[in-house]
Amino acid sequence: MTLNSVAQVLAFVILLLVVTKPMGLYLSRVFNGERTWLSPFFVPVERVLYRISGVNHEEESSWKRYVIDMLLFSLVGMLLLYIIMRTQQWQGAFFNPQGMGAVEQRLAFNTTASFTTNTNWQNYAGEQTMTYLTQMVGLAFHNFASAATGIALAVALVRGLSRRSAQHLGNFWVDMTRCMLYILLPISIVGALVLVSQGVIQNFSPYITAHTLNGATQIIAQGPVASQEFIKNFGTNGGGFFNVNSAHPYENPNIITEYITIVSIFAIPAGLFYMFGKMVGNTRQGWVLWIVSIILCLIGVVVTLTAEQGGNPMLANLGLNQQVSATQAGGNMEGKEVRFGITQSSLFTVVTTDASCGAVNSFLDSYTPIGGLVPLINIGLGEIVFGGVGSGLYGILVFAILSVFIAGLMVGRTPEYLGKKIERKEIMMAAVAILILPASILLFSALSIVLPQGSSSIANAGPHGLTEILYAFTSANGNNGSAFAGLSGNTPYYNWTLGLAMIIGRFAFLIPVLAMAGSLVKKKVVPANLGTFPTTGPLFVTLLIGVILIVGALTYFPAYALGPIVEHLLMISGKAF
Amino acid sequence: MNMSIVNKSLRPAIMMVILFSIIIGLIYPGIVTAISQVIFPYQANGSLHTVNGQVIGSDLIGQEWTSPRYFHGRPSATLANDGSKSQPYNAQNSAASNLGPTNKTLIKTVKQRTEELQKENPGVAVPVDLVTSSGSGLDPDITPAAAYFQIPRIANERGLTPDQVKKLVADNTTGRFLWIFGEAHVNVLNLNIALDALKK
Repeated sequence: MTLNSVAQVLAFVILLLVVTKPMGLYLSRVFNGERTWLSPFFVPVERVLYRISGVNHEEESSWKRYVIDMLLFSLVGMLLLYIIMRTQQWQGAFFNPQGMGAVEQRLAFNTTASFTTNTNWQNYAGEQTMTYLTQMVGLAFHNFASAATGIALAVALVRGLSRRSAQHLGNFWVDMTRCMLYILLPISIVGALVLVSQGVIQNFSPYITAHTLNGATQIIAQGPVASQEFIKNFGTNGGGFFNVNSAHPYENPNIITEYITIVSIFAIPAGLFYMFGKMVGNTRQGWVLWIVSIILCLIGVVVTLTAEQGGNPMLANLGLNQQVSATQAGGNMEGKEVRFGITQSSLFTVVTTDASCGAVNSFLDSYTPIGGLVPLINIGLGEIVFGGVGSGLYGILVFAILSVFIAGLMVGRTPEYLGKKIERKEIMMAAVAILILPASILLFSALSIVLPQGSSSIANAGPHGLTEILYAFTSANGNNGSAFAGLSGNTPYYNWTLGLAMIIGRFAFLIPVLAMAGSLVKKKVVPANLGTFPTTGPLFVTLLIGVILIVGALTYFPAYALGPIVEHLLMISGKAF
Repeated sequence: MNMSIVNKSLRPAIMMVILFSIIIGLIYPGIVTAISQVIFPYQANGSLHTVNGQVIGSDLIGQEWTSPRYFHGRPSATLANDGSKSQPYNAQNSAASNLGPTNKTLIKTVKQRTEELQKENPGVAVPVDLVTSSGSGLDPDITPAAAYFQIPRIANERGLTPDQVKKLVADNTTGRFLWIFGEAHVNVLNLNIALDALKK
């Protein structure tokens, strides 16, 4: 790592630190139903929405009702997106100036599952497949809706921990609506406009024909990009308007938009940690999670950056220069952009996979084996390093509960978290949530390697091919959406299996989590005493990091050894495939 | 499952999806488009570069340069719209190569590109960005090292002194933002426009 790399990464950490507390305070005001400066404008809008929808906003519900509301909202949203994609040919010249046809059925199913679950895996090239109407009403709508859903669920779990001897977790419709109106929408309007000022496009033009100085013609794709781009990152969705996502100069034109992107990916997850601390009455409880996350994040950045800056040893003796110098970033530049170089590409990759974002500004399939292993591990750990909007908080809280349980086992007493006794039901639900993801990832991956329908999509031979498949199912189950994009995903087999994996990864995880919240909310709070394991100190930080890494390592190490690790060893001994 | 619970939630589910589709899907991008078109029309419409009323490209989107009289950009892995053949810098079908680090095709291709470039500037190691394809396939920039590498060819083709071209490259280099952030880069289109202007 160069000194400049360190400075660029540190600046990011500082920016994140600066936004955490204001974001957290604002989130807790919104979800406590307090007035904000937007209330005069949005309270009447809220009232109208509740009235038309038949929602009693003063009524709260149990965990089961909360889950049913959430599932129905997702299901109806899914159906609408499917219909929009299947009727593109009738959307008219304003919304469909390029005259695109209907999206093929299986691709439409995959994309529907993908955007509803906050995954945003893309088996299509946006500028070749989706109309402007589909991008806005279909896809960008789900960027908002799936983010609001995730955040609402996290808030419900926090209420489960903070309320005492209660029954209710809140009202899904109110939490979702307030999240949309007070948080996502206003910040996205401002964010989108700032992106436009830097060169992100926002128009409804047909694609533009340019006549180049070199005597060729070039057709340049257009569209309402900025309004979708900001929420893509802010809602940790990650589905690009264009095929190449944040590597595209119209999505991420310069270093300013780059920093806006990576900070906005972590902004809500980091703010939610603070909100959690505030709601349970001790902000240190939230900062502990922040510190655990930043440590795991920085380890990932250092490993990836070092691997990528070192360049590709297979190209070392061909007469080219991969050295870092004053006039070039050097390193492994295949699949990376000059304006971002190695530092910003590596930082972006780690951030986007720590969170459940999955936007990319460089192409992971072309990373060195170790550089590509880090994002794979990040997603495999459950995207709890800040994590997705909402899913990051409820994910890491599951690990926190598991950690106090393990600590309790070591000293032989009933574990407590935030004064709530952790008993059989909570641990069962936490274990189910933690085990479903690896089971689904490993089973789907194994199946795909055995079946010709799976293995024929591999683009790079040797161990790298295994990594491509493993990454695809890790990303789909983890609702990340980034890819080793060489793998041809737009086949009937992968459209179905990846679509299913995304649905399992989202809903099979959060239903046990909400069940756990429903059980926790009923418990009374035991005052802390001498025997209570403190969950705010360095000991807990160490324990939590240990549990996260051990669970992850035990689950995936054999698979990783056969993919990226063996590829790394073969690469340094000069073996190509 | 108790059906009455489902019924109670179905109306809010349908209505909320419809209402937010309108607010988020239509009103929100409408507002952003309207404001952008008024205050940032140049950026919102693609940062297009026009000469005598004709669009010659976008400042942000890379182009394919084949003439030896112009600075060249990076290799691009984009394909024709139907995916049938290579079409570098196809700005309606952005793509990366997705070649893995141990892929023989990658190594072979990089080797060919390097050997080709070494002919014009023998004895100098080729900057890595000139022989590897970008993430977007539309990278508008090259590194300063890649621009300096091409100076002998440009000077020779245009009958300029290397120092004249070198100064041009230096003038068109964008340094790191606040000396720290991002990477130094040279926008190939703007460099070539400046090069054409120099001739006169």
